[in-house]
Amino acid sequence: MFVIKCPYCGERDQTEFSCHGEAHIARPDNPAEVSDEEWGEYLFFRNNPKGIHFERWTHDHGCRRWFNVMRDTVSDKIIRTYKMGDQKPGVQDV
Amino acid sequence: MSNQNRTMFGGRIDRGQVINFVFNGKNYKGFHGDTLASALLANDVHLVGRSFKYHRARGILTAGSEEPNAIVQLGLGARTEPNMRATEIELYEGLEAASQNCWPSVNYDVGSLNNILSSIFPAGFYYKTFKWPPSLWLFYEHFIRKAAGLGYSPTAKNPDRYEQKFYYCDLTIVGGGISGLLSALAAGRSGCSVLLIDENPELGGYLLDYNFSINEKDGLKWIKNIVDELYSMDNVRILKRTTAMGYYDYNYLTALEKVTNHCDQLSKTTPRERYWRVRSKKIVLAQGAFERPLVFADNDRPGIMMASAGKKYLSRYGVLPGKSVVLFTNNDHAYQTAFEFNDKGAKISVIDTRENIDIRIQNKCEDLGIKLYSSFSIISTKGNKKVNQIEVQKVDRKQNELSGECITLDVDCILMSGGWNPAVQLFSQSRGKLKYDKVLNTFVPDKLIQDQIIIGCNNGCFDLSKNLNHSYQEGLNAAKDLNYEVADNINWKGEEEISFTESSVEPYMLGKKKVTKGSKHFIDFQNDVTAADIFLAQREGYISVEHTKRYTTTGMGTDQGKTSNVNALALMSHIHEKPVDEIGHTTFRPPFSPQTFGAIAGRSVDHLFDPERRTSIHKWHEENNAVFEDVGQWKRPYYFPKKNENIHDAVKRECLAVRNSLGMLDASTLGKIDLRGPDTAKFLNMIYTNAWSKLEIGSCRYGLMCNEHGMIFDDGVTTRLGDDHYHMTTTTGGAARVMSWLEEFLQTEWLDMEVFCTSVTEQWTVLSISGPNSRKFLQELTDIDLSKENFPFMKFREGKVCGIDSRVFRISFTGELSFEVNVPSRYGRFVWEQFMHHGKKYNITPYGTETMHVLRAEKGFIIVGQDTDGSVTPMDMNMDWIVSKKKQDFLGKRSFTRSDTLRSDRKKFVGLLVNDKKTVLPEGSHIVEKALKQPPMKMLGHVTSSYYSPILGHPIALAMIKNGMNLLGEKVEIPLMNGKVIEATISDTVFYDKEGNKNNE
Repeated sequence: MFVIKCPYCGERDQTEFSCHGEAHIARPDNPAEVSDEEWGEYLFFRNNPKGIHFERWTHDHGCRRWFNVMRDTVSDKIIRTYKMGDQKPGVQDV
Repeated sequence: MSNQNRTMFGGRIDRGQVINFVFNGKNYKGFHGDTLASALLANDVHLVGRSFKYHRARGILTAGSEEPNAIVQLGLGARTEPNMRATEIELYEGLEAASQNCWPSVNYDVGSLNNILSSIFPAGFYYKTFKWPPSLWLFYEHFIRKAAGLGYSPTAKNPDRYEQKFYYCDLTIVGGGISGLLSALAAGRSGCSVLLIDENPELGGYLLDYNFSINEKDGLKWIKNIVDELYSMDNVRILKRTTAMGYYDYNYLTALEKVTNHCDQLSKTTPRERYWRVRSKKIVLAQGAFERPLVFADNDRPGIMMASAGKKYLSRYGVLPGKSVVLFTNNDHAYQTAFEFNDKGAKISVIDTRENIDIRIQNKCEDLGIKLYSSFSIISTKGNKKVNQIEVQKVDRKQNELSGECITLDVDCILMSGGWNPAVQLFSQSRGKLKYDKVLNTFVPDKLIQDQIIIGCNNGCFDLSKNLNHSYQEGLNAAKDLNYEVADNINWKGEEEISFTESSVEPYMLGKKKVTKGSKHFIDFQNDVTAADIFLAQREGYISVEHTKRYTTTGMGTDQGKTSNVNALALMSHIHEKPVDEIGHTTFRPPFSPQTFGAIAGRSVDHLFDPERRTSIHKWHEENNAVFEDVGQWKRPYYFPKKNENIHDAVKRECLAVRNSLGMLDASTLGKIDLRGPDTAKFLNMIYTNAWSKLEIGSCRYGLMCNEHGMIFDDGVTTRLGDDHYHMTTTTGGAARVMSWLEEFLQTEWLDMEVFCTSVTEQWTVLSISGPNSRKFLQELTDIDLSKENFPFMKFREGKVCGIDSRVFRISFTGELSFEVNVPSRYGRFVWEQFMHHGKKYNITPYGTETMHVLRAEKGFIIVGQDTDGSVTPMDMNMDWIVSKKKQDFLGKRSFTRSDTLRSDRKKFVGLLVNDKKTVLPEGSHIVEKALKQPPMKMLGHVTSSYYSPILGHPIALAMIKNGMNLLGEKVEIPLMNGKVIEATISDTVFYDKEGNKNNE
């Protein structure tokens, strides 16, 4: 249970949101041209770091917008939230 | 009225308001402001319950939420609640309570035989005795469970309402004693939003019972002024009768507010309890401390209570629990209680374990004529249902033994004080670290982990002035941290009659030899754990605290060891001759006190547990005898039985009506999404497996959606309404999932696409009319030209139906000539009734989901989620025709060429006809090549759909079978649960109207 800052609505309770796994995984531009390995990487493989993690979340019971979250998986602290398409923050931003 | 133990004056009760209550079937009177415990003591009732294991007589030990003994069954019928602490129950008119764990009555309890036989019931008795043979445990368990346990739960439905409240603020302060009040005052004056929580009906904490002054003014008046000021602040919210239950990550706190529990009349508009979920920027813990019992022989008799509890009963409630009293103490602070008892007319002596007692205290005792036994200990107590005699003996410090003459004293009350334990439960839940304080002989807070502050006695500080200044300062600091303009600091000076100074508590522990046979030295009163049990656990190797706890059950139960934990740890330290730090402590977990399930559930009960969705025609369905089926959250008519019809008769009648004339289905639950924007066609090309670029305005197309793994996850018909305007339909259960799926790709992947999705499921009521007479019938009610030439299959038209602006789609899920009439939801029932009325001549028949399933299965139309399960591709379903070969890309396409999706032996969608022409196969049945007596046998697949087909007169089934398309005409076997084996032949999936002419008529 956290208060999460939706980039569109501001601070809201965690119960309004849901998490959809790792962020910044781009769909290959031309899937027909990628190898099975590359496609498998896109489909199945995800990072599970101890520490800083980038995730996609949605504000389901609110504006229904998707956005990205930078979260520390050790402390559960949400370090930053930012809009889709925004630059991925660097670790120096922590 | 009796109230024989009530003092003439004093206390914070309202003597003008007499309250009648019943305890164990007897009528008593108390006053407004009493607790059940104080009123019982006032009426000289000391025996209130029987202990858990030995059924020993037990009285009232404390005066607060830490009470282990005086737990009662409160209320009657559906409202009855077990294990309620008499020390917390506020008296109300008509209150009824009863003792627990006794039969036939608390005075004559058969179970007390256990006490006589106690030598055969040591710790671990059940583990050792009922272990053999293992198979009999279930048999033993039945009796053991029956014998154990305290109160009973109500069997009827809870009649009360419970609420939940989410709350956000700058500062939550747990505890409304002086420390909490001053922090709230400082933060409140600085402008912070403050939530102040206290479990008592009155703010002020333990100081309400003691004589003290603040800045040389009367303490009680001072408290009243502060409370008044706090109530006058708009930014401060005060919750009384509210217990903080759990302290979780990031300052998330749950608290239970007892809103009307203390009222005799329950209000209809006010909930009984309110469960608070609070998120605050900072949390201040100011919960104070619990007094620690002393461990001595038979220290559990009624009449033995904590010194602070005795003080509270006397000062707050005007109740003198005994007339011939001893105080047994190891510290100075408890002397206040002795002086107060002496003042109110009790004869009191003091047994102090210490050798060196403050000379001022000694002098005062002498002045007041209080007999002081210095360096003495109680070695035995007597009294079956109430203590009546004790023996005391000198402590020989050199020998670590008791020696000298035993002195016998006649008493009717023992007040004991072993020092104070800070109430660190919540602090520890919040992951705060504890350390052992050798001076206080208890665990005190050490390291803070969260953004929190811990103050006052809760922080292990018992100096009044220090606490006043620290608390106020911390309130200001919190305000400063949160960027408020901080109020002025104030210098506070507090004086107590006798303070609990840090040097005044002596560790007192009975010597090893003093665990005498025939008497019990209780550590944990609620679970009947004695010092001997702790010794036994250590002897038998349960030397870790967690093991000792589980083996002896010390610290368990409804009080979770609030009074017992520290003594158990100290005894373990004594046995192992190790510092308590090295022994450690067990983990504190929420909730702090027992709480009701009702409060946790809140309003999410009955019909609000899971919302029910109903179509605009729902009422009509109800009125016309529909049997309902849950589809997601929707209630859908399953079938409409007529008199004496069972499901088979009804479905047969409904099916034949559609095939022969005219049927009508409420298809409103179908998911409907309105898509607009210049890139919609491009977007649909990516979402669906087939091509959408060339779909004309006014045309419909069936589409299949796959996920990126290439697996089917939804299907439906989408219609082009205008240039950049489409109407998508989805499965009933998949509507929300599809909506999210579309949004996910628009918002995260294709940010440049301009498409807007709006759910319109509930805006349209859908009447699906189907059957050879549907055109003739509908033409009578609409201005749309329904002729074959002007309104072909898979087209869409707008016009009036029964005078209502409607959208009509010519699509079919039954294989018959069909029209799906969409009208705005508010006209849904009107149009439905018009159809029923005008359709009489065609025998219009409303049908439900079961008939819909049969009709579509006869045509081999799939139901996503029934015939598919998230592991099948369009090719597996023989739907290659809907997968575009030309499109460069769409969701799932790349996965069609993964090695696994290309496997030649994948299961394929086929039909199945039983050879006996009568068995309807159970859905989910396994299909094997040849049924053997036992596995392994060659598994081929499973049945996905199976019905009796009325129009064909025999059963039909759909199935997923390995390499099925190459096995058409082959015989397979289906072993059933009852041992029978059914033979069937693999067929194609279309059973009726194979040419597909019917819907083109």
